Amino acid sequence: MELILDIFTGICFFIGSLCIIIGACGLIKLPDVFSRIHAAGMIDTGGTAFFILGMIFQTGWSLITVKLILIGVFIFFTSPVTSHVTANLARQKNILPLGKKIGKIL
Amino acid sequence: MFLASLIACAITGILILVRIILGKTTFDRILAVNSLGTVIVIGISLHGFYSNRPEFLDIAIVYALINFIGTVAVLKLFSTGSLGGDK
Amino acid sequence: MKSLILFFILLTLWLLMSGHYSILIISLGIFSCAFCVYVAKRGKLIDDEGLPIFFIPRLLNYIIWLFKEILKSNLSTAKVIINGKVEPETFTVKASQVTDVAKVTYANSITLTPGTVTTKMQKDVFEVHALNSDFGNDVRTNEMDNKVTWLEGKK
Repeated sequence: MELILDIFTGICFFIGSLCIIIGACGLIKLPDVFSRIHAAGMIDTGGTAFFILGMIFQTGWSLITVKLILIGVFIFFTSPVTSHVTANLARQKNILPLGKKIGKIL
Repeated sequence: MFLASLIACAITGILILVRIILGKTTFDRILAVNSLGTVIVIGISLHGFYSNRPEFLDIAIVYALINFIGTVAVLKLFSTGSLGGDK
Repeated sequence: MKSLILFFILLTLWLLMSGHYSILIISLGIFSCAFCVYVAKRGKLIDDEGLPIFFIPRLLNYIIWLFKEILKSNLSTAKVIINGKVEPETFTVKASQVTDVAKVTYANSITLTPGTVTTKMQKDVFEVHALNSDFGNDVRTNEMDNKVTWLEGKK
């Protein structure tokens, strides 16, 4: 039983590591601020979700599980807020995104 | 297993630091600092499991909250020039 | 009524986070939760916007669907980053929710799925930045909009 849980944890950690490393590469590689926000969002959602899932497989049911879930909930609530505030301020400072614009823009 | 994930977190941190140094605008840097904070939260919890002391999770929760508030405060200071109240 | 619900939510959080169950600690917890509820009531924070309990009955269904979306768009974003072919586009969508809380939920859900970001909002029109035309089409089909309207349950 423990072996199966260890294997699940390993798979989750592998996917999570892949997510955060690809996200960091995107943070370096992509052309402008608005595109980089997507890469940062990938670190915040994919990375944390898989790492926390892997750690939950490791603990079983206890108070530690509740704390792990709380960390996940905090990050999932705060990550879109910071992304939106950054993008909104960049638009207020008149930085226009690259690429085509469809229709009228606010 | 935990050690390998910690090494992956360290590599990610170094890659993000490259963006903080290169970043053209202020928004790039703030975005990268926020991502670095998230990676550090994951790293703190992983280190707690690695050294068999899960009490580290409390520190991770507090770090996540302070990371959010710090980012929003820096953005507000950058946009309006004050943190509210009388100038 | 709502302050009672808030009090029990805060007390559950205290009991889960502390892990010590002696009489002194629990009474301190009850005292501080009551004080928090008093401050929130004095600041008029307890209303539909501060404590959206009308979401709760349909919340679980929505969260499972949202996680599925996040997984799918994480895969597509990873593909785009590895290929290096970005064709960003910006467009506006209309939100059909009634209350402000539901509109914020919709905007946060758009931002939470990697590949689409809400950059500006005015009344009920959002400006969305997408990494690729596939992500843009996902938002423009209004599937997420309908889901959030169903979650709100006011129509």
